[in-house]
Amino acid sequence: MRLENKVALISGGSRGQGAAEARLFAGEGCKVVIADVLEDEGRQLEAEINETGGECVFVRLDVTSEDEWNAAVSAAVARFGKLDILVNNAGIYRQVGIEDTSEELWDNIFDINAKGVFLGTKAVIPEMRKAGGGSIINISSVAGLVGSWRAPAYGATKGAVRLFTKSTAIQYAGEGIRCNSVHPGIIETPMTTPNLLRDDAARQASLDRTPIGRVGQAEDVAWGVLFLASDESSFMTGSELVIDGGLFAQ
Amino acid sequence: MRLENKVAFISGGARGMGAAEARLFAREGCQVVIGDLRDDLGRQVEAEINELGGQCLYVHLDVTDEQSWNDAIAASVARFGKLDILVNNAGVYLPQTVENTTLENWDLTMSVNAKGVFLGTKAAIPELRRNGGGSIVNISSVAGLVGNHISSAYTASKGAVRLFTKSTAIQHAADGIRCNSVHPGTIETDMTADLLAAGGREDRLNRTPLRRLGQADDIAYGVLFLASDEASFMTGSELVIDGGRTAM
Repeated sequence: MRLENKVALISGGSRGQGAAEARLFAGEGCKVVIADVLEDEGRQLEAEINETGGECVFVRLDVTSEDEWNAAVSAAVARFGKLDILVNNAGIYRQVGIEDTSEELWDNIFDINAKGVFLGTKAVIPEMRKAGGGSIINISSVAGLVGSWRAPAYGATKGAVRLFTKSTAIQYAGEGIRCNSVHPGIIETPMTTPNLLRDDAARQASLDRTPIGRVGQAEDVAWGVLFLASDESSFMTGSELVIDGGLFAQ
Repeated sequence: MRLENKVAFISGGARGMGAAEARLFAREGCQVVIGDLRDDLGRQVEAEINELGGQCLYVHLDVTDEQSWNDAIAASVARFGKLDILVNNAGVYLPQTVENTTLENWDLTMSVNAKGVFLGTKAAIPELRRNGGGSIVNISSVAGLVGNHISSAYTASKGAVRLFTKSTAIQHAADGIRCNSVHPGTIETDMTADLLAAGGREDRLNRTPLRRLGQADDIAYGVLFLASDEASFMTGSELVIDGGRTAM
C-alpha cells in the first residue's frame, strides 16, 4: 500500500475533495485525521472509514484559529503517534467581481484560504521535524495561475498559496519536509456546485473552457494528492500539479 | 496493478530513465515496448523484464526517422494488439554556450529532442485514437522552464517539447488522448554522467534544495502517474520533479 504506516491530517476533510482524499488515503494504509468545521459530516465520514477497515479520527478545526490548529495537531499525534502528511485542503469560493467585493469578504476569504494554509503549515512543522520529514500538500487552484474574471479575491488567495508553498519548500527542504501545490480546474464538489455548476448554462460555460470535455471529480484531485503525499514523489518539492482537463494549457 | 492491460511504448528505453520506466511499468502489469538505438542494452532490458514475469519487446528505433517510428509502432501493435501509452523519453544532452554551439550540435539536439517527440506523437496518434484514447508523456526538463548558463540548444529543444505538449493536449483532448510533460532536474543517469563527473555534482547539489540528485526511479514514478488512469483529468500539464530547484 502506498501510504502504509503514514499519518495524515486533512483540513476540510468532511466533504468534497477532502473527503475523497481521506477515503483514498485510508485505502492505501494511511491513518487519517479529518479536521473540519462541519462536524456532522466529518463524524459520518470518520465512522464510514473506520467501519470499512480504515483508521480515522475527526477533530473540529477552524483553520483561521492558531489555537485550534495546535489542538488539532496535538490530537492527531496523541491518537496516532506522529504526523507525516498535511493536506491544506479547506477553502471557500466566492464569485464576486472586484467592485462588488467588500473588505469584509476579502478578509474572510483570505483568512480561510491563505492564513489557514499558513497556520496549518506552522502548526505541523515541529511534528514533521520530529518525524524526520514529511509532505505538505496545499490545494491552490488554476485561479492561482491565471486571472479570473469571476472570482478575483479567490484567485488572489490561491496565488498566495502557490507562492507560500514554494517558500515553505525552500525553507524546509533541508529537514526533509516537502511542500507542493495542487491546482484543480473545475471540479464537481459541494463548493462549486452552487456557483460554477449552478445550472445548465453555467455547466456548459465550464465545459467550454475544459478541453477534455468533462468537469473533474473529487477523485481526480485525490489521486494527485496521493502521489504528492507518497514517497513516490520524494524528489518533488515546490512544484505545481495542475489537474484541470487542459484548461490552463490553452 | 496500476497499468493492468495497458500497452506502452517507451523511446530511449534501453537505459537510464527509460529503462527505469520500462521496469516500473512492467511491474504494474503493463506490456512494454522499448524503442532505442542501443540494441544490445535494449535486448538486455527486454530479457530481464521477460525473465521476471513481465511482457516486454525491444524494437530498434531512430527517433529522428519517420519510417523508423512507423515501423516501431506497427511492431508494437502487431505484438500486443494496441497502444495506450507513449513515453517520448529519448534525448541527447550536449551542453554548450551559445557561441560554442555548432550547427551540428544544434541540428542533432533539435532532431532528437524536438523532432523525435513530434514524429513519435504523429506515429502514435492513429493507434491511440483507434484505441479510444491514450496517454502521451513527453520528457522535457527544468531546462525547458528556465534559462541555463551551460546549455543552449538543449534548453531550446526542451522548451519546444513543453509547448508542443500543450498543443497536442488541446488538439487531441476530444479523442481522449492526454498529453503531459515531465520536467526533471538533475537526475543521475547515463546521459548526465559526464556532466557530474566533470565537477558538476557539487554545483547541482548546491542548486537543489533537497540536497540530493534525482534517481531514474524518481522520474519513473511521475511518468507512471501520468500514464495511468489516475491522471485522467490531467492534460497539458507540467510535472516538475527537480528537488525544488525551480521553486527558488
